[in-house]
Amino acid sequence: MKDDNRQVDSDRRRFLGAAAVAAGSVTGGAGVAALGAFSAGLPESADASPRTEPVTDRHRWGMLVDTSKCADGCTACVEACDQENGLGLQSEPFGDNEAKWQNQRAVWIRKVKLQDNASGHVTNLPLMCQHCEQPPCVNVCPTGASFKRADGIVMVDRHTCIGCRYCIMACPYKARSFIHERVEQKLTRAPRGIGCVESCNLCAHRLDEGKTTTACQEACTAGGHQAIMFGDLKDPTSPLRQALAAQPNRQIREDLQLNTGVRYAGL
Amino acid sequence: MILGLPLTLLLAAFGSTTAHATGVGDFVVPSSNAAGVQNCVEPTEYMRRNHMEVIRHQRDTTVYGGIRSTKHSMAGCVTCHVGYDAEQKPVPINADGQFCEACHDYAAVNLNCFDCHATIPEGEGWNQETAAAHGHQLSVDGAQHGAVPTVAQVPETMPAENQDQ
Repeated sequence: MKDDNRQVDSDRRRFLGAAAVAAGSVTGGAGVAALGAFSAGLPESADASPRTEPVTDRHRWGMLVDTSKCADGCTACVEACDQENGLGLQSEPFGDNEAKWQNQRAVWIRKVKLQDNASGHVTNLPLMCQHCEQPPCVNVCPTGASFKRADGIVMVDRHTCIGCRYCIMACPYKARSFIHERVEQKLTRAPRGIGCVESCNLCAHRLDEGKTTTACQEACTAGGHQAIMFGDLKDPTSPLRQALAAQPNRQIREDLQLNTGVRYAGL
Repeated sequence: MILGLPLTLLLAAFGSTTAHATGVGDFVVPSSNAAGVQNCVEPTEYMRRNHMEVIRHQRDTTVYGGIRSTKHSMAGCVTCHVGYDAEQKPVPINADGQFCEACHDYAAVNLNCFDCHATIPEGEGWNQETAAAHGHQLSVDGAQHGAVPTVAQVPETMPAENQDQ
């Protein structure tokens, strides 16, 4: 196990090193800009097959959310996420107050509504883990359970999470949830148990299977909104990169310089 | 590793009351897919002593490397070893008398895999069958498709995956 960790660390260092070279670049963020060179001969990915090699930093998964297409009152992405990742299987503890439970249950995507008080303009957006290149949750984790996978997905290794919730405090996006109660029903693809923190993992089980979609993106597209675009930030030919280049977009809390993998247009 | 010897003894003790797969000392739930195959993904002796090491190794491979479809995945353990009731519904593998719980209860070894992990095959992002369809050779294929059970490739030595532990 220790050997494994060391290996992952070295991958991370290479990734960060490459990113550092490109830091200061204007478009798309440091990690993105570094990639053109890497992504030339990718054996990609349209033919879905489960992966047999460890994830590498040749990809960095990310998203573009077009807030102008995100409909008020629509919760298709949240519901799809609940279903895909078993969040809907959580049961309310007996005798618990409903409001408290709604506050406490694990949620991976939150629909957020912003109103500009001066103009009255309302913006809707889904807010989930932003998959930062420099994730504060990873920095503060005392056990190394909160980590960034080589392909840029920030996730929690529940085997080493001690449930201290430091990462929840550190996350500027309020993206993480804590499991307070025993979980009776679990899905094979989405383990979940008392005492651990969790958050959006960009449907890592799908990516590992060779798919390149997330549940929220599929639901948004199926609902006719197409507000969420998912793809590889390191592939210059990917629709995601082209969309990022084509329209103005920004990171939420870009002042923190976390180089998030999730970008928002129309904010 | 300390578990190995007591578990072996205990499995021998179980032999008289539970199903035999291939020989004395084997315990599988009769209604499970595992009952129809000759041995586990590794030789039975090896699994009996080292299943926890195999699972622990795989968990890091999966969490950090994203490799889910190997024969050492715990989802594979559950898929193959879960028992079925009279109505063909899967029985949680950690329920009384089921594959994991029977031994662990007897040996008084607490297992907390199933605090988080699914106890029946449900909602797999992938499964052994899709993995097999993509050319990954798995010894449980035969059982899952109701075909003639295939024998696992038995390595002479420890499986390569475990040599670097």
